[in-house]
Amino acid sequence: MAKVLVVTSGKGGVGKTTSTAALGAALAQLGEKVVVVDFDVGLRNLDLVLGAERRVVFDLINVVQGVAKLSQALIRDKRLENLWLLPASQTRDKDALTDEGVGGIIADLRTRFDWILCDSPAGIERGATLAMRYADEAVIVTNPEVSSVRDSDRIIGMLDSKTVRAERGERVEKHVLITRYDSGRAARGEMLSIDDILEILATPLLGIIPESQDVLRASNVGSPVTLNNAASAPARAYVDAARRLMGETITMVVPTERKGLMDRLLGRRAA
Amino acid sequence: MMNLLRLLGGRTASAPVARERLQILLAHERGMRSQPELLGLLRAEILAVVSRHVVLDPEKVIVKMERGKHVSTLEVDIEVPNGFERSVAVAG
Repeated sequence: MAKVLVVTSGKGGVGKTTSTAALGAALAQLGEKVVVVDFDVGLRNLDLVLGAERRVVFDLINVVQGVAKLSQALIRDKRLENLWLLPASQTRDKDALTDEGVGGIIADLRTRFDWILCDSPAGIERGATLAMRYADEAVIVTNPEVSSVRDSDRIIGMLDSKTVRAERGERVEKHVLITRYDSGRAARGEMLSIDDILEILATPLLGIIPESQDVLRASNVGSPVTLNNAASAPARAYVDAARRLMGETITMVVPTERKGLMDRLLGRRAA
Repeated sequence: MMNLLRLLGGRTASAPVARERLQILLAHERGMRSQPELLGLLRAEILAVVSRHVVLDPEKVIVKMERGKHVSTLEVDIEVPNGFERSVAVAG
């Protein structure tokens, strides 16, 4: 049974695209057949984060409008044979997406993949509502910061009312993924803690991705962080989150950087 | 309590403030979500009732909801043109 999972947040810049790429790659590394779909029409970036920006020929809008077949628009990852990308259009605007068009593509993707990860644009308008429309599950990416938590709450309300599942009286299974978490700052009371966020959002936790330089380093070179540096703290956190999505029970820990001897001697900060 | 937390966490323990502000805000926003058109509805009905007796400029009817920690207030500001008593007398 294919699963449609939307990666959403309301707020921009919290790590939706990074998380879509990392979770998609992690699921593919675990043997699942995965497609990541970029819904950010006009501002596509998932292709860039995955290092496939020069291989885009057709996109989601071309398929919606019947200009290209789905198989022509899908791009297979060069490193992981189980991972595919359906890019967004860079030249069109979000009004080119229609409910029926998206519904048709999702139904088609369900027959070809185990996981369909929909990377939502920021905001609560058409692109974001269509990205979540056909979702069975949702990952709500949240930073430990007031505006992000507020927007996540709003998005949770929309997942419970505006999705096909909600309209049928069914549930969209929701998970909170906390990104850019700094356990030191949280311990000092400078940052909302995991418990604070979970209590406010009343939604189960999928994972905690620590603030890390490895995330930028991976996007710089166009590789999901789980592939670029599998031993890094964020990579391990994303793999744990992917395993939880597959139904495994894994103890929740905040992975920390493994400091080398030189780092310790020089007192370098692990960030 | 807050002072104690600040003392324990150093001067930068701002997370409890964030948590409290979010809890108050979201309690309000979740309530509004179930009736997003409440203010528009109130405004339209208040305008209709007052217009039965006074000729009003619809632009001059302002309805605001102010959120408080324990109670919220509804503020209704209606600008009435001078000499409205006459129009009431005529209408009556």
